[in-house]
Amino acid sequence: MKDSSNHKVKAGIGWLFKMAWRDGKASGSRLVLFMASIVLGIAAVVSIQSFGDTLKQNIGMQSKELMGADYLIDSDQLPNRKVHAIIDSLGGAAAMEVKFASMASFPKNNTTKLVQIRGIEGNFPLYGILDTEPAIVANDYQEQGAALVDATIMLQFNLQPGDSVKIGALTFPIAGALKSAPGSSAFTSSVAPPIMIPYRFIEDTGLLQIGSRMEYNYYFTADANTDLEKLNREVDPLLDAENADLDTHTDTSQRLGRRYENVGKFLNLVAFVALLLGCLGIASSVHIYIKEKLHSVAILKCLGASRKQTFSIFLIQIAGMGFVGGLIGTTLGAVLQYVFPLFLQDFLPFEVKISLTLTPILIGLFLGIFMSVLFAILPLLGTWYVSPLQVLRIQEGNNSKSLKATILVLTSIMVSLLLLAYGLIQNWRYALAFVLGIVLTFAVLAGFAKLLMGLIKKHFPLSWGFTARQSLLNLYRPNNQTMVLILAIGVGSFLVSTLYFTKDILLVKTNLENSLETPNIILLDVQTPQKEKVANSITERKLRLLDDIPIVTLRMHSIKGRPVNDIRLDTTSQVNQWILNHEFRVTYRDSLIASEQLLEGEWVPEATNDRPVPISLSDNVANDAMVVVGDTLVLNVQGVLMETVVGNIRAVDWGRAQLNFSIIFPKGILENAPQFHVLTTHVKDAESSARLQRELVRKFPNVSIIDLRQVIAIIEGILDKISLAINFMAFFSMLTGIIVLIGSVRNSKYQRLRESVLLRTLGAQNYQILRITALEYLYLGLFGSGIGVILSIISTQLLAVFVFETPFIPSMAPFLVLIPGITLLVLGIGLMNSRSVISSPPLQVLRKGIR
Amino acid sequence: MTNILNVNNLKKTYKNDAGSITVLDDISFEIAEGETFAIVGPSGSGKTTLLGLCAGLDQPDNGTIELCGKELHELNEDERARLRNNKVGFIFQDFQLLPTLTAMENVSVPLELQGAKNARKVAMELLDKVGLSKRYNHYPSQLSGGEQQRVALARAFSNGPSILFADEPTGNLDEETGEKVVQLLFDLNQEAGTTLVIVTHDLDLAQRNQRILRLKGGKIMANERVVKT
Repeated sequence: MKDSSNHKVKAGIGWLFKMAWRDGKASGSRLVLFMASIVLGIAAVVSIQSFGDTLKQNIGMQSKELMGADYLIDSDQLPNRKVHAIIDSLGGAAAMEVKFASMASFPKNNTTKLVQIRGIEGNFPLYGILDTEPAIVANDYQEQGAALVDATIMLQFNLQPGDSVKIGALTFPIAGALKSAPGSSAFTSSVAPPIMIPYRFIEDTGLLQIGSRMEYNYYFTADANTDLEKLNREVDPLLDAENADLDTHTDTSQRLGRRYENVGKFLNLVAFVALLLGCLGIASSVHIYIKEKLHSVAILKCLGASRKQTFSIFLIQIAGMGFVGGLIGTTLGAVLQYVFPLFLQDFLPFEVKISLTLTPILIGLFLGIFMSVLFAILPLLGTWYVSPLQVLRIQEGNNSKSLKATILVLTSIMVSLLLLAYGLIQNWRYALAFVLGIVLTFAVLAGFAKLLMGLIKKHFPLSWGFTARQSLLNLYRPNNQTMVLILAIGVGSFLVSTLYFTKDILLVKTNLENSLETPNIILLDVQTPQKEKVANSITERKLRLLDDIPIVTLRMHSIKGRPVNDIRLDTTSQVNQWILNHEFRVTYRDSLIASEQLLEGEWVPEATNDRPVPISLSDNVANDAMVVVGDTLVLNVQGVLMETVVGNIRAVDWGRAQLNFSIIFPKGILENAPQFHVLTTHVKDAESSARLQRELVRKFPNVSIIDLRQVIAIIEGILDKISLAINFMAFFSMLTGIIVLIGSVRNSKYQRLRESVLLRTLGAQNYQILRITALEYLYLGLFGSGIGVILSIISTQLLAVFVFETPFIPSMAPFLVLIPGITLLVLGIGLMNSRSVISSPPLQVLRKGIR
Repeated sequence: MTNILNVNNLKKTYKNDAGSITVLDDISFEIAEGETFAIVGPSGSGKTTLLGLCAGLDQPDNGTIELCGKELHELNEDERARLRNNKVGFIFQDFQLLPTLTAMENVSVPLELQGAKNARKVAMELLDKVGLSKRYNHYPSQLSGGEQQRVALARAFSNGPSILFADEPTGNLDEETGEKVVQLLFDLNQEAGTTLVIVTHDLDLAQRNQRILRLKGGKIMANERVVKT
């Protein structure tokens, strides 16, 4: 494409813009359709990017308020002397708390609920506020010796300030409703809503007993000059050795930021798919648009315009359209981000203050121009190769694009997509997988479309009636829309039904079997002396005691002969940190249960005299601790060091709604260690469950009760909200798909108008023309949505096998709703666009030709 | 008088599914500057192909063409396009106006390609000469066939060409309109002193030129000077 002419052509870039404008003006409505294809995709990307930026800003600005302090020291056991010494050396904590799960009962209406007790001492929070109703009680509940009860519980049980709540052995007056507080995440608040009481009463509640899972937090302020990172580096290793930890407000906000970043990345990809779908629309529209312009290009070349000039005229048009589309999409996206808090506020531990940032706006404008041009280049190449001979009515089949140029353009598209996907998810592997997935989906759909056309051509039903034959003919004849419509409809259906099926899998994993053998009530923290009485309370109600699981807490002391304190200091160690710091809850039994499968080693049912003790590890713990069968572990069982050896490794299905353990001892070792018990039973309905819970809380206030049905209802609610957010993004894809569809149908309308008019001139009646169109779009809708749903079943099956590791049985909804729904939509759009064929007088069209 | 067009041993073959067809074979002739020259012959004789090759719209398989002192085979596609822009004007049977441009814009395109500052003024003057100054803002679809061809005439002369190629200029017009357009063409040509090459079926129109080249089956049957009576 080197230009070595000696002649001077002086028409500059200004003329190219002038020509682009002149031509664009006359093709206005067509260009508007191209633009509409990308507007929603850009809006989706910009809204997600903007909201992500807003979250990052909010988290950054509110990091101290989110923690309630500059930094804290936390431990899941009562801090020992050394930890207290460190706390003192840091100038003493300004506030502290202990938090744990427990049952609370409300005498006003004789109800009980699993809650999170937060025993507070000092002026917590040090930053931010306790948002209470009435506001004043945030300051004086400590003095009053009263409780602040989660606002949702107050509403659920119709509680008023002045009512009372019984926590363990003590009854507290309710000072007010707790609307939000630093340190309470939305998710844990859904399962166990918080109740705040003064710390000084905790001991008297009698709730902190053996096995109670608790967390102590000591809150600190730091002066402006304190280097928190340095403090963390210096103090954290000392605390680690004592099973405690130092967290700064920036650590917390970074962790929180990362969590929402992951959600954001996923939503980004969904938005990106909408944009890609739009780009597909651009490619197909430009393809038809340019095809119609090739004659004008030939005239221009005849008049002396160079290839570069004719190419540039249309490139400028497309880029201009992309810019305007990007501008509209960006504006829409900036407005749309105000919608996200409606879906996500429940999961966010703070009130989101929406603000506009520059980066997403620039991204939107860039994407508008870049994606439009990128996807239009291939059809635009047609202008480069068109011969000026065309104006002389000489058909010379030499207008095809060069293979080299086509490969170059396709490679650029792939590389650009990969870079953009990486930009959105910051992970090369996932970006590559995403692009390959998209290419594969598109390739399968395109392959199907081609196959369909080939099959119809090969086995054309010559005996069918005129209208049915014409409609089938439209699927494969020159200038057909089969490929682009099947791609647009297929990708949209694929996305929506994949999301639907994935939600199915997630819900199936949490569903409870309603069998009498399957526990749905779990009693935690049952102390050994009270076990018999608790069990009696269950059996007296004619309920079966399904499990009695003993639990002993312990920690790692050494792994393969290396003390955990040494491993902590070894920066080259591959052992996962959580293994070193975690308080394990282990059990002992003589057999495997349904959710377990032996992978390596031998199961040892009983080991009275074996030393070291052969224990069983779950595969994830073995991997994280870097141990195999035969390696030794020394475990600290509440002060007593016990030498053990990895006897076997198990696979565990953690998704099952039952108690699973990462470490299991054989029988005969831990029976005399300090322990508590988990008992389970099955109750048939919510009312029996409430009655049992009331009795147990009254008799055994330290026992926590989890009603799995309630938990699953909460999880379902959360999944519903998450899927609402995902569906909202998928909606952009669908809507973009519809716009692309309208665009494609309108484009094909220009091509078919003349033929339909000729048919009418020859005597075809309106209903025959409408029937041809209706049947054609019916086929396209059915095939497109059908193949999209089938592809989604395959992809969900892969997800089920490789990601969720669970069987997948597709539900019928996508077949019953999606396929007919999309088909009808396609049909409707197709028929609506054919109205003008019916209403145009044939003579008018025949005289004017098609412009 | 020097030649503006020298054609030597031209051969052109087109390939299609059925095989290859030789459209032009061993064609040689020359046209002097300022001459008016008609190419006639039955359908399929290769007239239009010859015109396209002479104007540099395509390359021959064999032979050479020298147009305005340039050997066309030595120029690449863009260089040939620039040569056309600077030295060549075109008139087509089906007018070939750009449908998205107004009459005035269509006429000014060749001048704009040259970067001329007065493109609009020259275009308006030419439209005035062809009697369409009042229709300058109309799109081709808003003009009749005769009017469209007059706009095409104005466009053909707008860049001050040295040679004008006309392909069946009256082929799509009725007799009366065709006669008016031809008269206008010869008037404008005389005024500008341009070399004129017309491809036509119309022997009367051919007779109005100084020379006639007769083609049949892709070969030259005759290259004769017209004797004006």
